[in-house]
Amino acid sequence: MLRLKAGIAALAVAATMASAAMAQGTLRIGMTAADIPLTTGQTDQGGEGMRFMGYTVYDSLIEWDLTSADKPSVLIPGLATEWSVDPEDNTKWTFKLREGVTFHDGAPFTAEDVVWNLDKILDESAEQYDPRQSAQGKSRIPAVASYTAVDDYTLEIVTKEPDATLPYQMTWILMSSKANWEAMDKDWEKVAGSPSGTGPWKLETFVPRERAELVPFDAYWDETRVPQLDKMVLIPLPEPNARSAALLSGQVDWIEAPAPDTIPAMEGNGFVISSNAYPHNWTWHLSRLEGSPWNDIRVRKAANLAIDREGMAPLLGGLMVPAKGFLPPSSQWFGEPSFDISYDLDAAKALMEEAGYGPDNHLAVKALISPSGSGQMLPLPMNEYVQQSLAEIWIDVEFSVVEWNQMINLWRAGAADPSVDGAMSVNFTYFLQDPFTGLIRHLDCNLIAPNGTNWGHYCDDEMQALFSEIKNTFDPEAQDAVMRKTHEKYVDDALFLMVTHDVAPRAMAPKVKGFVQAQNWYQNFSSITIEE
Amino acid sequence: MLSYFFRRLILVLPVAFGVSVICFMLVQIAPGDPLTAIMPIDATAEEQAAMRAAYGLDKPLPVQYAIWVGNLVQGDMGKSIATGRPVAQEVFGAVQNSLLLAASAAVIAFPIGIFLGFLAGYFRDTLLDRAVTALSITGVSVPNYWLGIVLVIIFSVNLGWLPSMGAGPGGSQSWAWDWLHIRHLILPAVTLAVVPIGIVARTVRALAGDILTQDFVQALYAKGMSRGDVLRHVARNAAATALSVMGLQLGYLLGGSILIETVFNWPGSGFLLSNAIFQRDLPLLQGTILILALFFVAMNLIVDVAQAAIDPRIKRT
Repeated sequence: MLRLKAGIAALAVAATMASAAMAQGTLRIGMTAADIPLTTGQTDQGGEGMRFMGYTVYDSLIEWDLTSADKPSVLIPGLATEWSVDPEDNTKWTFKLREGVTFHDGAPFTAEDVVWNLDKILDESAEQYDPRQSAQGKSRIPAVASYTAVDDYTLEIVTKEPDATLPYQMTWILMSSKANWEAMDKDWEKVAGSPSGTGPWKLETFVPRERAELVPFDAYWDETRVPQLDKMVLIPLPEPNARSAALLSGQVDWIEAPAPDTIPAMEGNGFVISSNAYPHNWTWHLSRLEGSPWNDIRVRKAANLAIDREGMAPLLGGLMVPAKGFLPPSSQWFGEPSFDISYDLDAAKALMEEAGYGPDNHLAVKALISPSGSGQMLPLPMNEYVQQSLAEIWIDVEFSVVEWNQMINLWRAGAADPSVDGAMSVNFTYFLQDPFTGLIRHLDCNLIAPNGTNWGHYCDDEMQALFSEIKNTFDPEAQDAVMRKTHEKYVDDALFLMVTHDVAPRAMAPKVKGFVQAQNWYQNFSSITIEE
Repeated sequence: MLSYFFRRLILVLPVAFGVSVICFMLVQIAPGDPLTAIMPIDATAEEQAAMRAAYGLDKPLPVQYAIWVGNLVQGDMGKSIATGRPVAQEVFGAVQNSLLLAASAAVIAFPIGIFLGFLAGYFRDTLLDRAVTALSITGVSVPNYWLGIVLVIIFSVNLGWLPSMGAGPGGSQSWAWDWLHIRHLILPAVTLAVVPIGIVARTVRALAGDILTQDFVQALYAKGMSRGDVLRHVARNAAATALSVMGLQLGYLLGGSILIETVFNWPGSGFLLSNAIFQRDLPLLQGTILILALFFVAMNLIVDVAQAAIDPRIKRT
């Protein structure tokens, strides 16, 4: 008996030591955002918001697999363990929810919480309706018509029409705690200072515009994602030089998006640059209005063949993936396009001549560009590079330069809007992570601007049929095949000027260990340790 | 003196009204949309219209202005569109941080500027004068954004003596007058002080040089007054003008530190303003500009009254 007690005591000591060894240091991250992303559930500040305040503090029903750097991320169970569509009625989905999950405040997670969270962003008459979270979340789940909690762990969602992209849409919706909201006098502003999700990190300290401190949630349901660190501190550092200086002077351990010209100095000082392909795109969207020269496929193909993308790499410190299509070459939906996007000046010139242009008959086009902007990489020098490349094939580009905030408005307004002042293309970068954001939204006839972000007013029956097929193919593998076919058409018809993809560079001190950069806009911070 | 003060105070009211109109209209002129910051790029036209209505941005500008002023006089500056937090809370927190920075820069700049200026004015047309003039012109001409980056590279990155950003461990909310926090203030305050050192030095030099050539100075010497006593008279004569320059400089230090606060990630009004501009956060922009403009007006009032107290001739005009 005594031996048994001693054994138990030894085990207890070992467990304590193991737990002490688990928690390792503080990681301080310099974000590019100018403020701490919205903390109440649905985040703002784009991809960075979801990365640092979304999938850290919260979970969604379906999540992205962030464990591998070598393959594209796919959907995995999150707070839902399985989901299926009714074979008889393809608008009816059933989600089986994970049992035993609790929020940071200790409240259990049930199907009623999902309904409460969906009401939070979709039902203006609901007490918990939050316009700020609604602004972020509503447009992400356009398919959802209604939802019901069948029992504690079964949820039913009915879509407006059959839509096989619903699982992707559900990755956007993060679950906040109803109990915490009630404890905070049903006031979202109070919740912002002390939020509660089910995610692997808890928000411990929140100083608006200055810092947020996250600590591990020890009772997190996925043991493999319980954070190893003691603390993760998020610091908004929007100015690139300030971000670099903060890292080099040891005030932060990690910065997002280091400026390319600072990277050699960082590497020379032992800092590590992490990067990987991910679903990001740097293109020119082309006007397809009547009279646009970009309606001629020969001109579009010629422009795509006139750019030496490898030559652009030194400009970006090598941190880019040259475009071979609209999606990055590593995408699971890339397919096998027949049009090879490469640098072939002779072929480009031949196509232009065939289209009626030449040294004595230049084509003049106007292009909208921005001097900076989220995800735009280095838009001015990159666009000047494109301008010079196109000049080689007698395309004279006149730039219309607008500030980033205004650029977003012009992007939403579309090519036919007077505010774009006759511009025939727009350089815009974005998220390409799911079927809707990756392909559908850019060319769907129903989403022609200003109804959506089909900027160029493209509309094509064959493409429309493919989009419909994506939405009606409920088997994930078969759906992937349709996605590939759609992307092949994107490339073969040269529907965009496809230039490059970002690689999400981040610089970190050598003491930061265990980070695996997934091919995704979001990342897993739970595996990271600090080696002093 | 009291009637002079009230007369000046009454004049502040139309100025404040003018400031409110200008700052409201100015931010409306810039292209862009405040909703961009709070809605995903895929938000439909319908969703955008609903959000525009929710923030009252669909109303005609005069109506928006009337609502804004109406709330303002009741002490409500509205809520930031980008963050949802009350503008007053955002602005006053940031202004406090900027005041700390501006006051620190003033503490460095004004004594140095006065000393150098007086020295140059007294020893006019000597090597010392030329050295001070060169120094002050350099101070005024060097872009402080560039200087800030250079100081960061030297003192933070290379030497590791001082931090390059932020308001100290825990952020500005836990500010304390200890070395851990003060060290965060040094580089931005020094960078910010360089321009006013130059301006104050040049002003004081010109004033001192000019006064020293006036007849009354010769009369004082003729009366047998010591050099120290004469200088005291010169200083008193120069004080009113120097004070007005320093008052304006304090205003510039508070409102004109956008670049410095951006370089050093200092959570002040300049940093707030710069983010509000990029996000077209109209309520925050209007609130910040208004408070900074009113601070300018208040500084002018204080300087006017102080000048009148120092120089009785001003009261009579």
